[in-house]
Amino acid sequence: MGLGKFIERLLQLIPVLLGVSIIVFVMMLFTPGDPVAIMLGDQHVTEELENALRHDMGLDLPPHQRFFKFLSNALTLDFGLSYYHRQPVWDVIASRLPATIELSLAALVFALVVSIPLGVLAAVHKNSLLDRIATVTSLFGVSLPGFWFGILLIIFFAVNMHWLPVAGRAGFESEVAPITHLLLIDSLLRGRIDAFWDALRHLILPTITLGLPMASILTRVTRASMLDVLNRDYITFAEAKGLSKTKILIKHALKNALIPTVTVAAIETGSLLGGNMVVETVFGWPGLGRLVVESIFVRNYPLIQAAVLFYAVTYVMLNFFADILYTMLNPRVKL
Amino acid sequence: MTTVTYWTGDAGTAKSETLFQRNMKLFASSRLSMFFLFITLGFVFMAIAAPLIAPHDPSDADLFRRLLPPAWMDGGDWSFPLGCDALGRDILSRIIFGSRVSIFIGVTVILVATTIGVLAGLAAGYLRGWVDIVISRLVDILLGFPYLIFAIALIAMTGPGLQNIVLALAYKEWVIPCRVVRGETLATSGVEYVEAARAMGASKSDIMLREILPNILSPVLVVSTVRMAHVIILEASLSFLGLGVQPPMASWGSMVADGRSFMLQEWWLSTFPGLAILLLVLSINVVSQGLRDAFDPRFHD
Amino acid sequence: MKDTVLQIRDLKTCFDTRDGMVTAVDGVSLSLGRGECLGVVGESGSGKSVTFASVMGLVKNPGFIAKGSINFEGRELVGLDPKNYRKLRGKEIAMTMQDAQTALNPAYTVSNQIIEVLLAHDETLSGSRKAQRRQARQQALEMLQLVGIPSAETRLDDYPHQFSGGMRQRVMIAIALACKPKLLIADEPTTALDVTIQAQVLELIADIRDKLGMSVILITHDLGVVAEYCDNVVVMYAGQVVENGPTGAVIATPQHPYTQGLLRSIPRLSDLSRRIEPIKGTVPELIDLPDQCRFMDRCTRAQASCRDLIAMQDCGAGRQVRCIAPGLAGGSDV
Repeated sequence: MGLGKFIERLLQLIPVLLGVSIIVFVMMLFTPGDPVAIMLGDQHVTEELENALRHDMGLDLPPHQRFFKFLSNALTLDFGLSYYHRQPVWDVIASRLPATIELSLAALVFALVVSIPLGVLAAVHKNSLLDRIATVTSLFGVSLPGFWFGILLIIFFAVNMHWLPVAGRAGFESEVAPITHLLLIDSLLRGRIDAFWDALRHLILPTITLGLPMASILTRVTRASMLDVLNRDYITFAEAKGLSKTKILIKHALKNALIPTVTVAAIETGSLLGGNMVVETVFGWPGLGRLVVESIFVRNYPLIQAAVLFYAVTYVMLNFFADILYTMLNPRVKL
Repeated sequence: MTTVTYWTGDAGTAKSETLFQRNMKLFASSRLSMFFLFITLGFVFMAIAAPLIAPHDPSDADLFRRLLPPAWMDGGDWSFPLGCDALGRDILSRIIFGSRVSIFIGVTVILVATTIGVLAGLAAGYLRGWVDIVISRLVDILLGFPYLIFAIALIAMTGPGLQNIVLALAYKEWVIPCRVVRGETLATSGVEYVEAARAMGASKSDIMLREILPNILSPVLVVSTVRMAHVIILEASLSFLGLGVQPPMASWGSMVADGRSFMLQEWWLSTFPGLAILLLVLSINVVSQGLRDAFDPRFHD
Repeated sequence: MKDTVLQIRDLKTCFDTRDGMVTAVDGVSLSLGRGECLGVVGESGSGKSVTFASVMGLVKNPGFIAKGSINFEGRELVGLDPKNYRKLRGKEIAMTMQDAQTALNPAYTVSNQIIEVLLAHDETLSGSRKAQRRQARQQALEMLQLVGIPSAETRLDDYPHQFSGGMRQRVMIAIALACKPKLLIADEPTTALDVTIQAQVLELIADIRDKLGMSVILITHDLGVVAEYCDNVVVMYAGQVVENGPTGAVIATPQHPYTQGLLRSIPRLSDLSRRIEPIKGTVPELIDLPDQCRFMDRCTRAQASCRDLIAMQDCGAGRQVRCIAPGLAGGSDV
């Protein structure tokens, strides 16, 4: 894809990102409570100090100026102080981000690894037992409430069977000097196999819980897409050429069939961001999602706003990436 | 399945029915779909008739009954079939009343969102111009937020509670029917019967409502059912997190949350509400799948 | 006696559908000699495509070959195991399809699609994988030049959608002929093309046929094509062969009422005043057909004795017809 077109598309994102920022800002404006009062809590300060604080935070400015201040601050990752943590908001978010990224990536990988083979096999052996099992499981996968399923998994695997840990991301003994900040990878890179296993054991249940709905959707998409492709003339023509079944499947069918799968996966990854909140809460996973939920209860508004903005920007970029991916995969789409 | 014949060789018995009716009949012919539709309607009935069906008052707490096991277990009591929760409230009654929350929110959000979405989509698709630009931009921006995040942000602002949840969910939900309708409207605007209506001097709103709308109903119907299942799970998730309906109102999600600390011994507190969610959502999903199959033109011979 | 490349005897192919057992091909027999071009004519539902799908071994569930024999160069194909069948396909017997746009995989370049058939079958390629690829690529280039693609070297790595309709058809032919098959089955090679391109493609096929000594089967509903390019013709209707023989003779003096009808329904520039006469009625459903002439309901000469199993009858000069009263009604005024 030409660089020019790419940049053009990138620029089209700006209005959307701007709009998103405006909405977050508006939400902030309508949030109840006086930020200064909440920040000060029970402390008593002079009125001058209070006004100085207000001025510092830009609260005395008219709305549009406040918006620009908000925007320029955001671009430098300055979201103010977190009420609860007495630290800059961004620092708090950044410290919890790796855990969420690790979980989301794991769920994505899980979903792809399960759904692609399953979807392909279900399509190739249409109406067989495998196909029916796949269809039914998919249906359950999207109908199961994640929080309930997670709890059941914990009870069964952790408590009853003692195979897996109950909650959290890793034990203390698995502390590893971070490189990528993804514990699973870092432990391997540092040669700490014990830490790796510990991290993996903690990761399994939350990954399955978070990834199951996505795996279900992707299985259905892959199956449908594969069925569609297998009916196409170029598959018949490939057979007429005398190519082997496997070759036809892998070379001719798969490449075309996986396009919808990949694009849907990219889009659905965004919904993983939301699902994180529930799964992290159930499994005590120290990620951004759980942080946001906790923040709501303590009314830590600066953090909530920053997190929402962050999520939205990430989501927009993800969708953009999905778009690009689709045009790259489909040689027929004129760029 | 026999093929549907409209005309016999000579103009004999010609059955004229709309495509919509034909597809609905196709849907009805699937036993699976009808079975689960029956279950879904059962839940709706349960929600409406809750005060009449529930054996007890859902808020009636009695600490002597605390953590009573289900009837078939040791120590159970058949007047409290599914046992009692930590405050001694009858779980079955709470589940029955909980269906009110789920059904109400599911139906209301979808109705509101679909109404707004359809009108917006029609306007954007048919009137085009700046109307389309404004609406499309709005849709794009709203789509930039992951669903749950947006809802949570709104609830953080407004506080939890039934009304706020409905609004929070509806604010994002309307974009989905809007996009579908806009796409369909764009596709059908150039069609002959619309041109004909215009030639006969019909007004813009007339055209939108009378010519275009009936023909985009089927995709809207299918999408709405799919989304309803999604909304119900979202509401349950929000309630689980404590951001949904507040006590003493019983929501299945909050029931699961309440029972969480007791999962080891008194598993029935969380399990039954969860099963209720699963069953309702599953039923709606099967029905929506059946609708999708019935309305999918590729499915017909 | 000319060398027989393909001999189909009494082929019966059925499809077990929800609505019943459909007999798409019911007792079809035909033969094809070396270097011969056979035209197979019929409308949709005549069974012409299914017959040759059966020859290729591409009839799939719920379809199956119920009985009959397909003999290719002395080998029996009915019941042949999949592995050996695969070796035949693309190498000895090749097929092209009606719409080149959908027959070519949009995700791969044309050279890739030619090379893969060479790599699968061509035993003359030698050396390492890489070396074989290079040789195959060279051959692919030659094939593209053979089928008349201009600037073939630059177009080797183009994708199917970058070619025009006629060029795509040629690419498809290039792929089919890459391994120099003995038999080419061309299914409606011109239907999806403009009239001017049609002629080019047919000329190309005729040309290659001469160069390679290949036998060709042209499946078409267009009698004009058959008249121009085929040595012999087989006319099919409702799953049966109703007439066959040398093209010139069949077209000059068609014996079967259906063939006559077909010829009468072709508009003719030379005689603009003549009305076009379509054949009344429609093709029967191929389920549970009674033992009688299948064309009866549309035939102007039907009699009571047509309500019987009608077999193929010789009518001289290598011609056969499935009719008890062939020829009559003044032949055709072609």
